[in-house]
Amino acid sequence: MIEGISIYEILTLTSILFFIGVYGFFTRENLITILMSIELILNAAAVNFVIINTYLFPDFLQGAIFSIFIIALAAAETALAIAIIINLYKLVTSVEVRDTETMKH
Amino acid sequence: MDFSYTILIPLIPLALFLVLGIFSKKITPAISGWLGSLGLGSSFVLSLYTAYHYFLKGKVNDVYQTFIYKDTWIIFTDKLHIDMGVLIDPISVMMLVVVSTVSFMVHLYSIGYMKGDDGFTRFFAYLSLFSFSMFGLVLATNLFQMYIFWELVGVSSYLLIGYYYTKPSAVAAGKKAFIVTRFADLGFLLGILILSYYTGTFDFDLLTNPEGSIITNGVASSFMGLSVLTWAILLIFIGGAGKSAMFPLHIWLPDAMEGPTPVSALIHAATMVVAGVYLVARMFPLYYFLDNGFALDVVAYVGAFSALFAAIIAVTQTDIKRVLAFSTMSQIGYMMLALGVSKYEGHDGLGFMASMFHLFTHAMFKGLLFLAAGSVIHAVHSNYLKDMGGLRKYMPITNIVFLIAALSIAGFPGFAGFFSKDEILVAAFESNMLLYVIGVFVAGLTAFYMFRLYFGIFWGKETKFEHAPHESPLSMTIPMLFLAFMSIAGGYIHFSEYVTADHQSFEAHLNYPLAAITVGVGLIGIIIAYVLYKKETSIPLKLSNSFGSFYKWTYDKFYIDEIYLFVTKKIIFGLIAAPAAWFDKHIVDASMIGIGNATASLSNRIKGMQSGKFQDYAMSFIGGGVVIAMIIFYIWIN
Repeated sequence: MIEGISIYEILTLTSILFFIGVYGFFTRENLITILMSIELILNAAAVNFVIINTYLFPDFLQGAIFSIFIIALAAAETALAIAIIINLYKLVTSVEVRDTETMKH
Repeated sequence: MDFSYTILIPLIPLALFLVLGIFSKKITPAISGWLGSLGLGSSFVLSLYTAYHYFLKGKVNDVYQTFIYKDTWIIFTDKLHIDMGVLIDPISVMMLVVVSTVSFMVHLYSIGYMKGDDGFTRFFAYLSLFSFSMFGLVLATNLFQMYIFWELVGVSSYLLIGYYYTKPSAVAAGKKAFIVTRFADLGFLLGILILSYYTGTFDFDLLTNPEGSIITNGVASSFMGLSVLTWAILLIFIGGAGKSAMFPLHIWLPDAMEGPTPVSALIHAATMVVAGVYLVARMFPLYYFLDNGFALDVVAYVGAFSALFAAIIAVTQTDIKRVLAFSTMSQIGYMMLALGVSKYEGHDGLGFMASMFHLFTHAMFKGLLFLAAGSVIHAVHSNYLKDMGGLRKYMPITNIVFLIAALSIAGFPGFAGFFSKDEILVAAFESNMLLYVIGVFVAGLTAFYMFRLYFGIFWGKETKFEHAPHESPLSMTIPMLFLAFMSIAGGYIHFSEYVTADHQSFEAHLNYPLAAITVGVGLIGIIIAYVLYKKETSIPLKLSNSFGSFYKWTYDKFYIDEIYLFVTKKIIFGLIAAPAAWFDKHIVDASMIGIGNATASLSNRIKGMQSGKFQDYAMSFIGGGVVIAMIIFYIWIN
């Protein structure tokens, strides 16, 4: 519980964070920046967990624990994604989305 | 008295079939032939022992008892169940002797005849399978068990006709035999179903008991003026007529001669083709008592017509095996005729006894005729009369046994066929003049075509052979000599003491005036054949020309095959099957193919949406999620 700041303001902030992530995910051309956008989405969700836990159910800890899960998951996911991107780079010497369009019908 | 050991009679050939069939690659021909013969030999000995045991001691109060040993196999209801077991009564014991004798002789004969054939072991395995099925059929305790073995003999017949499976004609003949008899068996099956539905049982002892409720009370239901039970036994008779090659279901029998000759002797002369006669005999009380014997009259007329029809065709055929095939059909017609004119009790049951008697003697002499024909074919490598002539010098034993068999079938006094044929004609004379006249006429024709064959093969023109034909080996001549012995001695068995409709003995005597007529007609036939065929003359040719188109019709078997072909090809295939196939192809299939094609072309159109950019996919995913969320939200607020 933070003095002077209501839950609505923080939820607004995380919503903005989430949609910045979504926007970045759709518009970025570079795989690395797309990955960063995904991080933004995940972090928005993690902050939401913590905030809702703190403001609405201060006697419990599940939200906080879940946010730790999300951080671990994000780390693992990033490691995997980076590995894929590196391999992709070896293959096509590029990390641009438009160079990976061959994965279709 | 215990006859339960008779179950071994079918089981020994079954075991042999399994052994020979499974190890057919490993067993050498020499062993498999003797193994098969040994097995059948033991069945033969057991059958003889059974006959001895039964006919000497099976009587209680002058009535032969029926012994049944069975186990319940499939239960439908409390009353209706299918049993498996053995039924011992005079006709089944007699059939055991017939089947095992001929089968054993044919096994021995085949060792010589099939020597050097590639499928030697396979051949003996099939023969054992057939013997097993035939014994099972004979010993069946109920209609359903009989039906099962009925189909099994059909299968083994199919396998053996198509034994030379590289020959297209043999394959076609096997198929034809199977399909025609299968078609007839449909009638059999329907008959069984109707009969069991109305009577609630399959068992022969319940169905055919003359004092039982089925015969005395009958069934209330009737259809087109006849009791449903009469319809049922008529349908069953269709099955019997199919197996026994009665007109018009006879077309498979001449073609079945494509099989090896021992097979023709065993299956298509002595045993399987008389299954129809056996079936009618087995259910004789039903045929006799229901609707005053209407079904029995049908049997008699079908038999008489087939006898006449086949005898006429046999006169003109040139393939010796086909002559014998038509002769078989004619003789079976005789047996059916005899059954058809028979009554039930005492001396009135003469026809029944005569039919069984003729079945017995016919099995011996017709089996012998086929074996002798096989011996001839073995020597000259041809089935056709034109390639034969003057063979008596080369094949003395075959000559003699063929002569004995021919005299026997022609009804020459003192030979087995004389006695049984005489009984048949006496029975016919006592009940129906028309049938009697047909019978006598057929007897004359039989004597004629048989001696046409005999003189054509062993006398007639002196054919020049590239390799001089030689007498067959001992393994072939010994069975022939044995059957020749039976073709004479078989006639002196007093059948009326043993095999009768009501299981009671009666005295049957030769009827000398009638016998004299038959013998006279037979002699006329023989003399005509002697004049025409003893030496090569041009008279037969002139005669056949003078008959003109009738000769042609007869030679082409009255175009029954062509009628069948017309009905099946033009009418069934052309008018029913072909439109049905068109409908199936263009409507049923086409609609399914249309749906498939529409899906494929639709997906072809929309596959451009798959851009390969995962951001597009994510966009669709989010968009879809948003739309669904909006719908749910909309529903929720309403």
